[in-house]
This record gives sequence, structure tokens and C-alpha cells, in this order.
Amino acid sequence: MSSHIPADLRYTESHEWVRANDDGTVTVGITDHAQHLLGDLVFVEIPEIGRPVAAAESCAVVESVKAASDVFSPLDGVIVEVNEALGDDPELINHDPYGEGWIFRLKTSASLENLLEAAAYEAIALAEDEDESSLANPRLAD
Amino acid sequence: MPFIPHTPDDVRAMLAAIGAPSLEALFDEIPPTLRIGELPALPEALNERQVARLLEERAADYSRPLCFLGAGAYEHHIPAAVWDIAGRGEFYSAYTPYQPEASQGTLQVLYEYQSMMAGLTAMAVSNASLYDGGSALAEALLMAVRANRKSKSKRILVPRTLHPLYRRAARAIVHNQGLELVELPYDPRGGHTPVEALAPYAGQDIAALVIPQPNFFGVLEEADALTDWAHRQQALAVAVVNPTALAVLAPPGEWGEAGADIVCGDGQPFGAPLSSGGPYFGFLCCRQEWVRQIPGRLVGRTVDLDGKPGFTLTLQAREQHIRRSKATSNICTNQGLMVTAATLYLALLGPHGLEQVAAASHANTRALVERLTRTPGVSLAFDRPVFHEAVLKLPRPAGEVLDGLLAHGVLGGFDLSGEYPELGDALLVCATETKDAEDLRRYTEALAEVL
Repeated sequence: MSSHIPADLRYTESHEWVRANDDGTVTVGITDHAQHLLGDLVFVEIPEIGRPVAAAESCAVVESVKAASDVFSPLDGVIVEVNEALGDDPELINHDPYGEGWIFRLKTSASLENLLEAAAYEAIALAEDEDESSLANPRLAD
Repeated sequence: MPFIPHTPDDVRAMLAAIGAPSLEALFDEIPPTLRIGELPALPEALNERQVARLLEERAADYSRPLCFLGAGAYEHHIPAAVWDIAGRGEFYSAYTPYQPEASQGTLQVLYEYQSMMAGLTAMAVSNASLYDGGSALAEALLMAVRANRKSKSKRILVPRTLHPLYRRAARAIVHNQGLELVELPYDPRGGHTPVEALAPYAGQDIAALVIPQPNFFGVLEEADALTDWAHRQQALAVAVVNPTALAVLAPPGEWGEAGADIVCGDGQPFGAPLSSGGPYFGFLCCRQEWVRQIPGRLVGRTVDLDGKPGFTLTLQAREQHIRRSKATSNICTNQGLMVTAATLYLALLGPHGLEQVAAASHANTRALVERLTRTPGVSLAFDRPVFHEAVLKLPRPAGEVLDGLLAHGVLGGFDLSGEYPELGDALLVCATETKDAEDLRRYTEALAEVL
């Protein structure tokens, strides 16, 4: 499986992408690689506008037909806009993860320098593709 | 074959495989203070014949007194067909039906159960059940705090008229998760939670308000006004209801202008015998908008590849086998067998039958109160309407009176002096549809003699 990893974005090890906007905000979504692993999305829990978040803090949930995963904020900041369209159409993330499938916009003064560049993220995604165990089977419990 | 499958040889082999020298060494990380050691209260082993005899003697000791005790678990007539069918092997051995291809019967029963509970409560969603009423309340409160994103607090208002054991169970489960349960006083004349009791909390950040209907005293709360108050404060309204009462009272989904948000309670009145306290089951229902916050199994109806209708667990991403530590709950299972009995009970009675049970229980309790309060010194404690329980004031301590009644073969009710000392010598009585005029007369005469 080869996934699309745009060179002009920054990334996290937990599969978020980050786009710097001109107005001091960043837009955040999950990568093409992540949406492939999850499969068809059925629900996205979006954060509240105005919520302060810390880097690596869980602030959204993406749920697919086979798993649910947290989406982590890549940086310290405040949520200023969320993609309401995901409420009716979570599959926007499957169809256009870097465009229509964006999840939230963050106002931040933090630098993007410490986030991964495309090449470094690609190495992580490739390593996961080779390691099938990253898609652990759900375990049944009482 | 031994009942305990690990022979000493097995244990030695397993210890050797993991490199532990002894069982003691394997468990040595558990501090000695936490170990129970010997169990001195356990008697010597008995054989099957001795056990049968012991239990028969104990059963005879109970002597099946005439039961006017409610306080959260109620004696109702259970049609013989209920347990005859629920006891079939296909239902009796059923476990959480993860595999739809092998569990259509169990899944359909759970789906029918959910449909009936959603109908009774006027909620969009019911889960497949929880352990009991108290733990269902705890789950409802955790759920309310997750769902209410307008509230930043974890404060929940809980009336003192709510079942004391539910309050205790909920506190035990939620207090280490940062939830703050604030108790609301009740009106000493009405025995209900007046809206004025909420005034001190107006404008504060409250995540949810609990509304019992009927409350522990049997009294009907002002459910509409309480629900509307909660919603004006941006708090969720959590209803705790007696399911039998729903046949004659407005369902929580229709309370106030917008209806309650979450409904829970104990399902015991639907087909579960009293059985010295259990097993019973808890129920939990909610509005559609909170469905991703509800814990426990949910069964949905769908179609298979050939377009034929079928049933399967749904919205499983909420659950621990998918979301692990971030599941909506990791302590919930469903009480499948009790729910099977409840589904059969409701199917056999139908809406009209359930309404007759509720109405007859209400009428019997009114008749009992009317008779008992003719006894000098006995009076009704509260002046508000009740469902099928009522609080009586006695001229002597209720514990003594109950002992005296038991000597007459009457289980007279619940002594409130422990949980509500401010009520004085007070007794909670209940007469369900299982009682007739002769039973009421027996209680009345026994009480007159005891007093």
C-alpha cells in the first residue's frame, strides 16, 4: 500500500498532518495512511471551539467500521474552527484526507519545526505497512 | 475429572514454564497486608446430601412470610411460561453474542428487549442491560459527564429521595473518577424534591440532575419541573424510574418541554424473582444524540448479504474490545438471562397487562395505607401522591414493630430509621398486585396486635 504524503505539510508520529496558514493558525487532519488503516469512517467526534489544547492531547475521535482512534493535537493552542461537515459525512476523510477531510483549525504560537517532515513521516508509514501487527485484531472480552 | 482442573503436576509444570519457583513466589508482589490468608469462617466441607439438607432447612426457616416489603425490589406475579422458556438451554447458556452468525436467537431477544424498553421510557436507545439499578445509575452519571460538553464541571445533583443504596453504589463507582455528587434535601411534608431546593444551584455549572420517579418513599416527584430546571441550567436530566410505573406514568422522554436525557433503573420487577437480592438487572436508555456515550452492548437490526433481516451488535467502537481503556465503560456486562425473562414477561403481559399490574399495585397500596392508618398512632408521613409504596409514621420504633409482625408471618416493610433518622419511627410499605383483601386484613390485624 502506498499512501499520499504531500511534501508541503508537517506530520506527527500519531498520523496527524499539519498545514500552516497565513493567519497564525494551523489546520489539522489525519493522513492518507491513517485513513487507509482505519477503513471507512462512520463517525467523527470533533472538539469544542474555544477549547485550549496541549501538544499530544487527545481532542477528537475518528471511528471507522473496524476501530476508533483518538486524534491528538500536534501543538499547544486553542481550537478556533472545526469541520462541521464531518458530522453528516465522515467519509470526507477517506475521500480527501488533506482537503475536505480536515478536522480542526488551531490558533497557535508554537513552531512547526519539531514536527516531522514528509520524508520522515513516510519512513514511519512504510515501516508500519511492513509490520502487520500494527493492525491488531480486536480482542473479545466480557 | 476433578472440578478444579489444575492438578499439583499441572501447577508445577506451569510454574516451571514461566520460571517461578513456587506459587508463593509468583504472588509475592501482593503485600501481605492485602492477603486474606486462611478463611476461618468457612465450615468443613459437606457432601451433596448434607448440603441439600442444610439448604432445605434454611429455606423452611424463611417460611415465606406475607411480603409487604418493597424498597427497590418488588414481588410481582411471574407467569409460569416466563422461566419455563427462559430456562431453555438455548437461552440459559447464552453469552455476549459477538458472533452474529451463531447467535441470531439471543440477539433477537436482546433487540426485542431494547425495543420494549425504548418504548416504555420514550427514549430512542436502550442498551442490552447492566448489572443492576445502582450500577446503571453510576454508568448514567459517568455518561452524563461525558455527554454534557456544555458543562466543564463533574458536579451532579442527587436528591436524598433517591434510593440510598443507589446513591452509595454510584458514589463508590464514580468518586475516584472526579465526579462530585451533591445531595438535595427533600420537602418534609411532601416527601419530594421541590424545585425550590434547587435554587441555591441556579447559575452554577452543573453537569446533571438526577430525578427519581417514583422516589424511594414511593412519592411522585415533580418530574416535568425538575427536567425543565435541569435544561435551563444546561444540565442533563437523568431519570431513575421503576419500570412497572412507566405503564401508568408519563415516560421520561416526555418529561417537561424536552424530555429526560438518560433513563436508568432496576429491571427486577419484570420477571425476576426476589431471590434474597438477586440476580436482577439494570437498564439504561438515552436520547439518540447521546448514543455514542452509552456503555454496554447494543443490538441492531440489519440485513445480510442476501437482503434478509438479521441482528448484530452495533456501535461497538464504544466498547472495551475495540477501544480498550478508553471504552465508555470497562465494568459493564449485560444480564442476558434476566433480560430474557424480562422480555418474555413484557411480551406475555403486553401494554395493557402491565398497566393492570401497575394500577392494581397502586390501588392495593392505597387500600393498605387506608386500613393501616385507621390503627391508632399510625399515620401517613407525606401528603403527596404515591405509586405503590408509602411511608407510615408509627408510635413505636419500626424495627420492633417489624419483628412483631414477622412473628405473625408478615414481612411488614422497610425500617427507614437507619437511612432517614429525621423521620423518626417510620416504615416504608408496599402492596403489589399479588396481595388481595384478605392479605391486607391480615397485615392490619397483625399490626393492631403488635402495637
